[in-house]
Parts: sequence; structure tokens; C-alpha cells
Amino acid sequence: MTYPDDRRYTKEHEWVRVEGDIGTVGITDHAQHELGDIVYVDTPKIGARVDQGKSLGSVESVKAVSEIYSPVSGEVTEVNGILAQSPEKLNQDPHGAAWLVKIRLSAAAEITNLMSAADYQSYVGAES
Amino acid sequence: MKVRSHITQNEALLFEMGSPGKVGYQLPSLDVPAVDAVAALGRENVRAEIEGFPEVSEVEAIRHFTRLSTWNYAIDLGLYPLGSCTMKYNPRVNELVARLDGLAWAHPYQPEALAQGAMEVMARLEAALAEITGMDAVTLQPAAGAHGELTGILLIRALLEKRGNPRKKILIPDSAHGTNPATAAIAGYTVENIHSTASGMVDLAELERVVDKDVAALMMTNPNTLGVFDDNMAGVAEILHKKGALVYMYGANMNALVGIARPGDFGVDVMHLNLHKTFSTPHGGGGPGGGPVAVKKILEPFLPAPRMKRLRNRWAFDYKRPRAIGKVRAYYGNFGVIVRALAYILAHGGDGLRNATVDAVLNANYIRRKLEPFYDLPYTAPNMHEVVFSDDRQAKLGVRTGDIAKRLIDYGFHPYTVSFPLIVHGALMIEPTETESKLELDLFIEAMTAIAKEVETDPQLVRSAPHSTRTSKVDEVGAARRPILRWKPRETGSQTAD
Repeated sequence: MTYPDDRRYTKEHEWVRVEGDIGTVGITDHAQHELGDIVYVDTPKIGARVDQGKSLGSVESVKAVSEIYSPVSGEVTEVNGILAQSPEKLNQDPHGAAWLVKIRLSAAAEITNLMSAADYQSYVGAES
Repeated sequence: MKVRSHITQNEALLFEMGSPGKVGYQLPSLDVPAVDAVAALGRENVRAEIEGFPEVSEVEAIRHFTRLSTWNYAIDLGLYPLGSCTMKYNPRVNELVARLDGLAWAHPYQPEALAQGAMEVMARLEAALAEITGMDAVTLQPAAGAHGELTGILLIRALLEKRGNPRKKILIPDSAHGTNPATAAIAGYTVENIHSTASGMVDLAELERVVDKDVAALMMTNPNTLGVFDDNMAGVAEILHKKGALVYMYGANMNALVGIARPGDFGVDVMHLNLHKTFSTPHGGGGPGGGPVAVKKILEPFLPAPRMKRLRNRWAFDYKRPRAIGKVRAYYGNFGVIVRALAYILAHGGDGLRNATVDAVLNANYIRRKLEPFYDLPYTAPNMHEVVFSDDRQAKLGVRTGDIAKRLIDYGFHPYTVSFPLIVHGALMIEPTETESKLELDLFIEAMTAIAKEVETDPQLVRSAPHSTRTSKVDEVGAARRPILRWKPRETGSQTAD
């Protein structure tokens, strides 16, 4: 798996891609693979305030329920509607169509705390 | 006419089996003048028919439920190795005692003077559990483990509030049961995870770093979910106590300690017990649970009311408990379960309880030793009452822990616990309990060994298991993603093919 380098990654296996003041957030391919078949995604409401490193929602697979930690702080402006009907998309296209939420960043400098694609690649290489 | 398989292979719901007017009872003829219900109660209050009500004869009802019961797997049929669940045998003496008229027919509103025997049972169980855990006082009210957990954390909150600050955080190791963070959150605390060391224990250096004035308590399972006894426990407690925080022990694994080590002696302030695990009362669907909470003296004033009080020559309920957290359950807990747990304790005696613990640990270690050549063991610290393997070796051939578990059904065993604890990749969590003889353990070991070999020679056979069951492999993912939650009646008149 190669991780796209247009975005930054967390140690908890989320990614964020920033365009202007909006960050699109999702979970990584490694995360979906470890979780197994995903059956339910719990996302925040539009307008919710989230903080970097704090819970954003959760992902439920046949194995477990796992927290999603927000890679950035800000306000949720959009939630990906397809996940409610088709949670399996998160297994199929975690870096693309199955993004979770868009967040208007309140502290853009935060993303420097996150990993590059290359760093994340070696991080999951070491973890698995 | 179409020949079809016998109904035991394809049992309809009771609602689908009846015919109008069929009954399984006879009532004596009226010995008072008949009254017209409509005239007496008004038309709007009288119903002619209950739609869809099952109308069957006695033998049909009996056969229906008897057939369903044969589809079940039970500890009375064989080994039930669900790790962390402690599926031990429920001795029949428990049932005998629980069915004694004076206990089975006791009513919670019976006057105290007529309930002295039942109260004595409760008092004796409280005393026995306090002795076994090394704690000062016990409440029997909580109805099950998670309920006991919540009661315990509410006791901690009450004490800290009394001291002036309930604090904000509960620390939970990453090997914990999922109920631990849920409990903390419901009690109004935020949860902070702490990592385990390579040997599966709490990292003392990290603990020292994270314990501050905001930490209310650490919730710890010991032995933990890897079946490893954390021998730093006294040190862990010291770090918490130094900062004014408390130690909650999750007691689900107490069956590895009874008669050997007492949590009260190694720094625990409050813990719960699962009577339906450690003390052999029926488990899960087999009956209500029991989650007594044992505490040190400092927490005793906060225990739910009523408490049992010994007067000169009788027992009384003491409701004057101004600092109590309030009742956590109606009446005094699941009384029938309390009776069974006391029967188990008294039938074993101290030496017997200790033997049960030793046998449970021996059985788990026997399985570990025999299966280690075939399955990876990621945590090699000495284990207690359960052992956790990983499917790493089998996963390379495309077979995961869930597949092996399904194949185990073909060999006549209930599966072990799958994919838990989460800190083990593809976990196979096996807990035999003290119930099993070497003969039964050897059958299980042979089955697991045979499956490991099948994974190498015919992985598809394992992946597509089970093959010998009524229903072939079910679509768990589909059921979770698109569950069918409602029964709908079959269309009447049409004969559906079976």
C-alpha cells in the first residue's frame, strides 16, 4: 500500500487533507484493514466543534468499536452521507470516496504535528 | 404431497404453528352464574380475539421448546472455552438449595421476622465474599458485573466528592474490557488509556507520569485479559494512593485468585465480583447475574441502602444511610443467585475453593503447553486461568481466528473468544475453567491441533466451516450492516416450500 502524500497522518491512523481552510478527514487503509468488515460509522453533526486528538466519532466493525480521533481542531462543515447507507465503502476506498467529515480549521498550524505519508508508511511498517 | 424434512430440521415459530381454537388446558365449569362481559364492562373494553396469538396443544408447545433446546450448546454438553467468560459448570447442589421452599417462595415484602433465614443467607454471603477478597464490606445489590462496576465507580465519586473534589479522569489499561470505559463515562468521568508493557503489565513509569490531581481512580483487571497476573499491583496502588486516587479492580478474573491472593491485601480499594463467573451461578441466558461490590472501610458509608444490621438476636435492614449513593436495584439483589453462590462456597469450603483456582490455572497452562507448537503466543509471561494465542501463523495462509472458531464447532466444541483482547492481533482467547477433566481437555487439544493441520493442507475447509451444523456459515457482516429486526407473519394460505 502506498499512502498518498497530499495529506498528513496521525498515530491513531486518521488522515487529513487540507484545501484552503477546510480539512477533509478519513481513516487510513491500514486502519480499515485492521478493523476488518466495517458495519457502522458514527460521525458528528454538522456544526460540532472538535479538538485535535479528541474523539470525533467511532467506527464499528464485526470485531470491535474504535474511536476516531480528530487530526485537527475546528468546526464540522460537512459529513459524508454515503457512510450511513454503505459503511462497506470505508473498507473499499478509505483514502477517497469514504472520507468521514470536512472540518473548518481553527488552528491550521496544528497539522505540523502530524506525520507525512513516508513517516506514516514506516510507522505502520514498524507496528505490524 | 411433497415429502419434506422433519420439523426438527426447520422449526417454525410458535405463532406459525397454531390452529384457531386449539388449547392446551381445560377449565372447570363455572360454579357461579355466567356474566355477559359486554354488559358488565362495556363493548369498548371487551376483545373477541387476540390477533396472531399462538394456539397450540400442550404436546405441541412442549415439543417446540424441547426441539429448540436441542439446538443449543451448553456447559452440560461439553467444554465451553469462551475466554474471559468463565463458563464453569453450575453444580446441581446450587439448584437443590435454591429450590428449598423457604428460599424459593420468599417474598421481598415478607416481614423481617419471617425472613430471618433469607437474611442470614445474604449476611453469610457478604461475610464470605469479604473474607475471600480481603475487603471490609460487601453489597449484594448490583445485578451483574457491569452494574457492579458502575456502583463501584459511583462509590469512588461519592468519597471524592465528600473530600471536596470528585476529580475528572479514570485511567484504564489498553487491555481492559470494553465495559470499563463505558462505566467511567456513565459515571461522568473522562477516560485516559495507559499502555501495557511488552509482558502485558501496567507500565509503572508511565503510570507515575500520568497520575495527577485530576485522576479519580485506576480501573484495573488482575489477572488482566491476557491471563497475566500483574505482580506490580502493590506498586500500582501506591502510585495512585500517593496522589489521593483510588484503585478499582475489575473482578471478572477473580477465579484465578480465590484462596490464593486477596485484592484487599494488594492495595485494591473497591472491586466487583461476578457471581455467575467465579461462583458458578447460571450464566448469560441461563439466568440473571450477580455483581456484588466489595469495599475497604473508607467506602463503606456510601454503599447502597439498605444494609444488613445484626441486632441482639436477629437481622434487620438498616435504611438510615445518609451518605449512601442510593439504591442500585430493587430490593436486595438477585436473591436466587445469592443463594446459589453461597451454596457453591459452602460446598467447597476454603480448601475446595483454593483447589478450584489451582485446577483452573493448571488446565489453562496444560492447554497452553500443548497448543504452543501449533499457534503463536504473543505474550509469554506466565499465564493464570486463561491463555491468549494469535492467529498470525494461520493468517499467512488466509485463515483467521474467526474461521478456526467456526471449524471448532464441527469438532463438537463451543468456540473460544474471538478477536479479544484487542492488544493481541487475531486473538484466540481460551479459558477452560477448573470444570474440565484431562480427558475433555485432550479432546479439545486434539481438535485444535487437527484444525491447525487442516489450515496447512486444506485452508478452504476451515474458511468455509462449519459443515456439520443446522445452518452453514452465517453472513455476520451482512447481519450487522443490514439487520432484519422484525418477525413478519407468513402469508396465510400459501404453502411455502421448506
